[in-house]
Amino acid sequence: MSGCPFGGGGPPAENGAAPAATAGKSGVSRRGLLGLAGVGGAGAVAGIAAGLLGRDAVEAAVSPASNVSSAVVPFHGERQAGITTPAQDRLHMAAFDVTTEDRAALIRLLKDWTAAAEAMTAGHTTGGTGAVEGPYDAPPEDTGEALDLDAGRLTLTFGFGAGLFKKDGKARFGLEGRRPEALIDLPHFPGDALDPAKTGGDLVVQACADDPQVAVHAIRNLARIGFGKVRVRWSQLGFGRTSSTSRAQQTPRNLFGFKDGTNNLKAEDGGLLNQHVWAGGGASAGEAWMAGGSYLVARRIRMHIEIWDRTSLREQEALVGRTKGTGAPLSGGEEFTAPNFAVTGKNQQPLIPLDAHVRLAHADQNGGVRMLRRGYNYTDGSDGLGHLDAGLFFIAFVKDPRTHYVPMQMAMARQDTLALEYLKHTGSGLFAVPPGVQPGGFIGEGLFS
Amino acid sequence: MPGLNLPEIRRTTPRLRLAAAAAAITLPLALAACTDNASSSSAPGGPIKVTSTGSECKVAASEAASGSLTFAVQNDGPEVTEFYLLAGDGLRIVGEVENIGPGISRNLVLTAPAGEYITACKPGMKGDGIRAPFTVKDSGTAAAVDADLQKLVDTGVSQYTAYVKDQTEQLVAGTKEFADAYAAGDADAARALYAATRQHWERIEPVAESFGDLDPKLDAREADLEPGQEWTGWHRAEKDLFPPAGYAPLTAGERATLASQLVADTDELAARTRSVELTADQLGNGAKELLDEVARGKVTGEEEIWSHTDLWDFQANLDGARIAFENLKPALQQKDAALATELDGKFAALQAELAKYAKGEGFAYYNELTPEQVQQLSARVDALGEPLSRLTAAVVL
Repeated sequence: MSGCPFGGGGPPAENGAAPAATAGKSGVSRRGLLGLAGVGGAGAVAGIAAGLLGRDAVEAAVSPASNVSSAVVPFHGERQAGITTPAQDRLHMAAFDVTTEDRAALIRLLKDWTAAAEAMTAGHTTGGTGAVEGPYDAPPEDTGEALDLDAGRLTLTFGFGAGLFKKDGKARFGLEGRRPEALIDLPHFPGDALDPAKTGGDLVVQACADDPQVAVHAIRNLARIGFGKVRVRWSQLGFGRTSSTSRAQQTPRNLFGFKDGTNNLKAEDGGLLNQHVWAGGGASAGEAWMAGGSYLVARRIRMHIEIWDRTSLREQEALVGRTKGTGAPLSGGEEFTAPNFAVTGKNQQPLIPLDAHVRLAHADQNGGVRMLRRGYNYTDGSDGLGHLDAGLFFIAFVKDPRTHYVPMQMAMARQDTLALEYLKHTGSGLFAVPPGVQPGGFIGEGLFS
Repeated sequence: MPGLNLPEIRRTTPRLRLAAAAAAITLPLALAACTDNASSSSAPGGPIKVTSTGSECKVAASEAASGSLTFAVQNDGPEVTEFYLLAGDGLRIVGEVENIGPGISRNLVLTAPAGEYITACKPGMKGDGIRAPFTVKDSGTAAAVDADLQKLVDTGVSQYTAYVKDQTEQLVAGTKEFADAYAAGDADAARALYAATRQHWERIEPVAESFGDLDPKLDAREADLEPGQEWTGWHRAEKDLFPPAGYAPLTAGERATLASQLVADTDELAARTRSVELTADQLGNGAKELLDEVARGKVTGEEEIWSHTDLWDFQANLDGARIAFENLKPALQQKDAALATELDGKFAALQAELAKYAKGEGFAYYNELTPEQVQQLSARVDALGEPLSRLTAAVVL
């Protein structure tokens, strides 16, 4: 191997400490020095690096056993990462329209995205020469803003929208018969005020990380790789996870100030995940490629937070059905106590009102179906009327939206006073998320085989 | 499970639900010692902890200084509980918190003048409760007791009830006139009546909307519908009278059906309104909700997307909120004179801003306003909405 970390083209270490995922995919990366350190000796590399590289890289080189591994979520696996992965703090999601009609170009893009995703989720730069190791007269391959940052538990989760399969009544990319039946066109829900510019998309990428710059870097570089084949249709930043997807995580709060997702499905719920989150192979051979995948529902939900803030604590708790402080159901207990919808108080009225959100959203009211929620809070500047354009970017992964999303959302849109008075759905998307990628494979490979 | 067969619940069900939940709030005879809201919630000594179990009612203090008191009630028992502060006679309720589930804690905030009281926990919400004496000592800052406060509130509530009745009657009469013109195909007359008639609805919207089955029949917008739901009511006629490009108008028969349904549903609304019993907190919350309606639907132009007569609705919502406020004002002036003065000013400022767009008997159409003009209106709505949201607590605590 080259002893110089800036050699660029040299093959990476085969037996070094660099994550195997990046082998052959990139030259020197954000964390490439770690691998070099493991092979060539920390001291030698650090000496070169110290004068030329940022703090982070030096630290990595000096302490080869640093906490890089804890910041890396493996990209490869049976399932895509970013679903049961303990929810990271930040989101950048983007939906793309595919502008080419060339099947080979689309597959090429998915392969390029796979390579970039492998590198970035491991904390590396994209491309063969990264951000600063390329020709002086060429624009850098990687955009560079994530230099010095670790992988930040970045996950990149990819999905396919209905528009990938058919557009203007015509099948695309030779995918006749491959669209899963569960990848429906969502119905109009009462009160929907969807902005076409924030709705739909042929492809989606969910980037989650503990560092917002890492997530933005990922989407930005994928978009750049895609120019000429895809264009960004909408993108959404989220700043505070509103769900926990592991029992090790504390339940976070949404912008109404309430704990959100107490009853969420979690990574530890193995059997329930098979029942409610992971898709099967479908009824026809054409959609067998979805076995082990899931369906991603995205809803941009504007919250009328100013009006909410003028609402009494009594009404806030009655609308949610939980206490604002501890998150306990109004029927009593603590946060994780199961709500008892039968308990009545004064005048035989239920302690959890009939139109309380927790009642309407509960599995008991929805045929036992559950979903894995992975939403984020957002603010997108102002609405032009002196209010924050703020709310919840709802993300859920479900086995089949026909059974696990549409009925519940229809009931909530009709009956949930919280939704009727204080929420407005302004964006929407439904995507088929294929199973995970194995080393050497690419995203959605099964769909194109 | 009671939830399995949900009754029809619509947009504004919380109004009735709140009525049930809050109806028991009884006004103390006392007055707030002062009108400084910031200091009134942080009385010396802080909240008095109350622990209610199945057999005990532990109150951390047996006396307090007069003024604002906070009891932090924790239910450590196995049943739903309530906590009361009763007057010395053991009968009159000064304040209460109810429906406290096991493990839940909830605050009771009230103002109490010097005197002898009784505290009571009522686990299981049965019987007289577990009682103990409680003394409020004169802090020296309490204002004199105004025994007429309850009377002021009662007067305000009955005045507002009469206002609701009057508006309902005008709504019924106006709707018949509108429906006749519309069914007869006199579109010009119907258009002229549309916005002014709807004002009667918009003035009493929180009451009118509280009937969960009638509200969607009368006031659903097209976007509110679910697949397969029949669209009736005002906005169905609105689209027909102010049609967008490419719209296929209703037939004469369809118009007649829509018109007669509108009249029948409005008659039903009026009949039900007669038996509604209002409380002070409903007036206060209703005023706040009317401003919410303005902020959410009118100042955004989302209510009347075909006719663009949003400013008529705006004025009507503002009228209704102001009447509710005016009816509570005599009581509010006793409890929090500064808030009453502030609200007077903010109502006037918003009315003055809206009056800039008055035209003849009505208003400019929403789509004639510039974004800057809408922003000015929105700013005044928020300026009023924030202090208005404090009205209920100021009057009923």
